Amino acid sequence: MILPTGLFEWSLLIAILSVSVSQVMAMVRLVIGPGNGDRILALDTMVINAIGLIVLLGIAQGSEVYFEAALIFAMLGFVSTVAYARFILRGDIIE
Amino acid sequence: MSTVLEILTAVTLIIGAIFTLVGSYGLLKLDDPMKRLHAPTKAGTLGVGALITASILHSFATGGNSVHEVLIVAFLFVTAPISAHFISKVNIHRKRCETPPPPPEDTSWATLGPSDGPAS
Repeated sequence: MILPTGLFEWSLLIAILSVSVSQVMAMVRLVIGPGNGDRILALDTMVINAIGLIVLLGIAQGSEVYFEAALIFAMLGFVSTVAYARFILRGDIIE
Repeated sequence: MSTVLEILTAVTLIIGAIFTLVGSYGLLKLDDPMKRLHAPTKAGTLGVGALITASILHSFATGGNSVHEVLIVAFLFVTAPISAHFISKVNIHRKRCETPPPPPEDTSWATLGPSDGPAS
């Protein structure tokens, strides 16, 4: 493994590592979570952390093509969270 | 890459990483479903906002001028309270938390139904 050299590379590595650890912790809560609300919350957190990982990948590669993917993840994550919660609340998504 | 923008990008990246880590650690550690709702919906969203701000600063530092990542931040900050509200309603509906006191006008909350609300 090649160690990073400058301040920016070190901070990028630390950010990628900590967001990955956050993703794993949200996944643990998704597995053990003792209720539907906890699982919905863990999925929402995982979507938000995935947006962070996509943005960090875009910074690391210096490209801007990941912007659309992050925006679509944000919209899809919100809609799926609301749909899941609504299904548990009402027993149906579109009444 | 100019030095001031590089240091600013690094500091924003570290702040975002710490906030995201604290948010997910709170999701894992706290012991009540309603307490667990606090950590990711506030600290996690703020952390991802800081990471996207770092992306904007990085594009400035490398000579670009892309500010359209602000769209993602705005969308996340608008939709995070709505998701939290829906998840807390799921917790109330599933009786995973203490039932709130009855509303002033009606007999029980709409998500609980008339039969299983607290007797008022």
